[in-house]
Parts: sequence; structure tokens; C-alpha cells
Amino acid sequence: MTIISRKKKEKIDRLAELAARDDERGVSLWQEAFRRLRRNPAAMVGAVILGLFVIVSVVGPFLVPYAPEAQHWKDEIRVGFLPGVRAENWFGVDHIGRDQFSRMIVGARQTLLVGVVATMIGLAVGSLIGGIAGAAAGLGGRWGRAVDNVLMRFIDMLLAMPSLLLAISIAAILGAGLTTVMIAVGAVSVPVFARLLRGSMIAQSNSDYVLAATSLGVRKPKIALSHVIPNSLAPVIVQATLTLATAIIEAAALSFLGLGNNDAAIPEWGMMLADAQRYIDIAPRLAILPALGIIITALGFTLLGEAMREALDPKLRK
Amino acid sequence: MSDSDVLVQVRDLKVHFPIKRGVLFDRTVGHVKAVDGVDLSIPRGKTYGLVGESGCGKSTLGRALLQLTPPTAGEVSFDGVELTTLAPGKLRAMRKRMQMIFQDPMSSLDPRQNVESILTEGLQAHGIGGNREGRRKIISETLDKVGLPRWALSRYPHEFSGGQRQRIGIARALVLGPELIVADEPVSALDVSIQAQVVNLLDDLQDSLGLTYLVIAHDLAVVRHISDTVGVMYLGALVEEAPSDRLYTEPLHPYTRALMSAVPVPDPDVEDRRERILLAGDLPSPANPPAGCRFHTRCPWAQPTRCADERPALREIGGSRVACHFAEQIATGELRPHKVSAEIVRPEGEGEEPGVVSAPSEPGSFV
Repeated sequence: MTIISRKKKEKIDRLAELAARDDERGVSLWQEAFRRLRRNPAAMVGAVILGLFVIVSVVGPFLVPYAPEAQHWKDEIRVGFLPGVRAENWFGVDHIGRDQFSRMIVGARQTLLVGVVATMIGLAVGSLIGGIAGAAAGLGGRWGRAVDNVLMRFIDMLLAMPSLLLAISIAAILGAGLTTVMIAVGAVSVPVFARLLRGSMIAQSNSDYVLAATSLGVRKPKIALSHVIPNSLAPVIVQATLTLATAIIEAAALSFLGLGNNDAAIPEWGMMLADAQRYIDIAPRLAILPALGIIITALGFTLLGEAMREALDPKLRK
Repeated sequence: MSDSDVLVQVRDLKVHFPIKRGVLFDRTVGHVKAVDGVDLSIPRGKTYGLVGESGCGKSTLGRALLQLTPPTAGEVSFDGVELTTLAPGKLRAMRKRMQMIFQDPMSSLDPRQNVESILTEGLQAHGIGGNREGRRKIISETLDKVGLPRWALSRYPHEFSGGQRQRIGIARALVLGPELIVADEPVSALDVSIQAQVVNLLDDLQDSLGLTYLVIAHDLAVVRHISDTVGVMYLGALVEEAPSDRLYTEPLHPYTRALMSAVPVPDPDVEDRRERILLAGDLPSPANPPAGCRFHTRCPWAQPTRCADERPALREIGGSRVACHFAEQIATGELRPHKVSAEIVRPEGEGEEPGVVSAPSEPGSFV
């Protein structure tokens, strides 16, 4: 190479470096997905709803005007009459004289807790089973496929049962209570996470960059952890957001059926809905308000989840 | 050519993929013979080009050579070491001496890794370069070799153009200091203007580093430009192998003749008189290859004797190796081509439906 052309090359390189100075770091796929998410109005609506919900459930219980279990207005209740919306009770009074507004706020925390913990249980157990099955099937050869077969037949068994029936059976075995609801709802989502992560990992295991890593001489466990799993996580994260919505609805359904928390001091939207059904003629708001709460929260999670799916889907990238 | 000059020696290599069928239990009903008995040797520091139409098994051959697809039978000896029977740990250590360049640079680079981490991975796997500084030094030298700027290190594959991505792929292969590089269609996913750059880069690297290449391609011009020896594959086997120039000027096998007759000549007078040999029909199913000569169902020179019942071996004819019973007679013009009508070949015991062929590494079902 002549001196002139080398100088020229260096000059071009320097120029390129100057141009690159604005953003020295490259933009990873996660960062790009987040950018797309921020530009999506549906995602923003979902995020605002969830933001409010989280703030209310974290801060709310400290600011509520009355204790949720205090029956201050027990004496005002008559047959066929419950005190309605008024200055001291913004959402009225429930059937045994408790402030509905305070119960809604405190109930939000329970709803969030159940949703998040149940999803976490499902995500953790499901990802563990799915991750092992996916790695075994994708990279483990003949023995790996045998391991995968055993694990997946177990998951298929869970998947074959209607989810609410499964949750009710688990709740019936463990006895009513808040922990039971979390475990039952979490267990229902285990097969979904497991199958999703496994399928995604198998698809990634057949990709060229896994072959390239093998030909570099990278060990299989390392390939699974540093290539296959990170590239398979996007659908699982999206599913977790969507599962939060169904977990809240399922938890409410279990509470409605009387398998939830029966401690009056800790209100929960599903339980409130169940209690309200007997008074739906004289005070429909008692049923409508918790139902609205459940619907709006579930909608928030669904909006955000769908938007995340779009943002993370490489096929939809512009 | 003495034995020490040969880097890679392949003997009777076979890769057969089972065809599975069945509702409850998978039964093996046959095999796709992707590679069915290939012998070849690649001298150190030379380039072996492998051409053939899609589906002829040339990519599978490349992968089986690197033991990325386990061969069904045969031997691959690399610098005197037999790879097919090597223990997994030793094979992993050998991998730093033989690397691969892939066709599609986008799908062969992990989208979540930046360039630095892509290049460090191999060094870490083999414990080369010691600490972080040592590795950085090797990486920046490699970037210089493939002509990528230093700022590329912190970038991700999707931020590069196709040509640059292929350079990253080449850098990943080079960073371990290999002796053999298998390039599987290294330029066919690139724009024509970029193809020449990448081909020249591969050429320069061979000169400066003494690399040995196995270049797999279907582009005859690329293979001619880069190769010392060219092997032509048809349906899982070599039909002709010759020094690059000889193969292009004097093709001996009827299939090679057909391939070469499809290359346009940049001279209008010659181009006008150029006689094209059009092959009838499609590539027969590798699950049920024709008996005798694999090519006799489409060969314009096929003879009633021998072709249909005796599989021709590669034999030496004036510096080339050809698998044709009648190569000499065809070369002298004693035999004239005739018309061939397409003949559909189906796997044995098949009804009207084509058989379900599962891809090599694809497990039964996804979600």
C-alpha cells in the first residue's frame, strides 16, 4: 500500500470517528425497543393507567380517610337502604357500614400484590422448566430430547386442564387464603411460560449464530446462557405483562368464588364484587366500582403488553 | 504432492438425514442422502472451490467437514488428525484452527452482542490473549486486517451495512488465527458492488496469513476468481474436480459442460454462437437418488449401457478427475448430445404425496 493511500485511509477513519462522536455507544436492541415503545400512544395510555394504579396501591393505604374494616356507619343501614355517595363517603357505604372508597384504595394494593406475585411464580417456575427443556431439546442431542419430552408431557398435562378449574382445585387443596390465590393463579400460568420459552429457545438454537458460536468452540452451557436465552426472552416478557392482566381477573374470580382471602381487614376487589352481588338492586355501585377497577387495570396491562410485543418483534421493525 | 502439504483430507464422507414419519412414534422410513461419498483433499495455503446447484449438498459437506453436522460415515483428517472420532473436548480445542464464514451475515451474528463481544467470545472460549488488554490488542489488529474502523467495537450488527457485517463475520473467524476457513456462500447475500470487495479481502488475507479456504458457492465467476481447484457437486457427490482454469476452459463431465454453457461470454461474436445446454427436469430427490450415474436422468449424453446401472467413480483424465463413463468420447465429439425428457423420481414406496422431509437439526415440534 502506498503512503498516500494510507494517509487517505487514516484521514477517512478520523472523519468517521468525528461523525461517530455524538453517540459513542451503539444502540442495543433493548434500547431501540424502548424507543419504539415510547412513541406508541397505546403504550403510553397503558403506562399511565398502570402508573396511577401502582401509585394508588403503594401510597393510597396511608392516605385513606377511614380504616377499611371500621364499620362507622353500621347504624344508618336499613333494610333496602344503604347510604350512597356523599361528602364523607365518596363512594358510599357498603352493606355492613364500611367506607367503600377506603376499601377500594386498600383493595388496589391487594390486587396488585396478587397479580405481581402470581405472575412472578408462573414466570419463575415456567421459565425454569421451559429453559431446561428448551436448552436440552435445542443443544442436548438425543438425551436432551428425552429430557425435553418428559418435561413437556408434564406441561401438556397442566395445559390440558381448564385454567380456572386447575386454580380452583389447587385452592381447594391448599385451603382459602391470599397465598393460595397467588399460588393457584401462578400455577395456571406455568405451562404458558414454559412452552413459550422452550419454543422460542428451540427456534433460536437452530439459528446461524448458534452454529457460529459452536464453530468458535464456545461451550454449550455458555451458548445457552449468553446467546439462546437472551434472544428468547422477548416473547416471555410480553407474556408476563399480559399474564398480569389475566392474573388479576383470575384472582378476582377465585375471591368471588370464596376461595380468596376471607380476612375482612384486608379488602380485595374480587371479594368486594362477591359481597356486592346480594345488594346489586339497591346499591349497584358496590359491584360496579370494583368491576371497573379490575377492568381498567387489566386493560392497562394488556395495552402495555401488546405495545411491548409490537416493539420487541423484529419483523415489525421499521 | 506429499502428505504434509495436505491440510484437509476427506475420505468417502457421507451425511444421511433420517426421514421420520408416524403419528405416535417416529419411524425412520428412509434417508436423505445429502452427502453420499465424497473424497477430496485441500492442499495447505490453497483454495478449493465447491460449486453445484442448490440442494446438491455442498453446504452440508462444508458443515460436516467442520463437524458441525455429524457425518454418518467417512473420514475427515485435518493436519493428520482424524476429526470424526475425536473426543468432544479435543474437537473443541481444534476448532480454533478451523473456522467458518456464513452466507447471511445478519443471521449469523447475534443481534444482542456488540462487535467487541462477538470478537471476544472465541478468544475467551480458548483462553487466548490472557487479560482484557491482551484481547483488545488482538481484536484491534483483526479489525485492521478486515478493514473495519475502531469505533465499530461498541456497535451492534444491525447498525452496519451488509458488506460491513460480512467483514465482522470474517473478523470473528480470523480472530482465533485459524489455518482453514470454510466460507459457505460468503458473498451471495451481498450486493454485486460489495461482492468484489469481500472476495478481494479474502484473497488478500490468504496471501498475508497463508490461509487455506474451502469456498462454497453457486456463482461460477466468484469461484473461478478465488479458487485453485474447483470441485463440482451433483446430488451429494463430486462429478468433476479440476484446476480452476482447466475446468472452465475444458469441462469434461456433461453436468459441468451444462453449467459452463450457462456462463455468458463477454464477446458478442462468441456469445452469439454460444451453444447452451439446457438440462431437463429438476434435481432428483436425494432421498431416492437414481441408480447408476446420478446424472443419467438429465444427461444429454446418457447411453443405454452402463449409465443407468453402474455408478461411475472419479477417474483421472489429463489432470482432471471426472465421474463419467464416457468422458473421453464426449470430449472428442464421438458421442453427440440428444434430447432428454424430464423424468420424475420419487422416494420408494411413495404415493402421490411427496414425502415429509425433516430438516437436519429441527426437532419435532415447536410451541
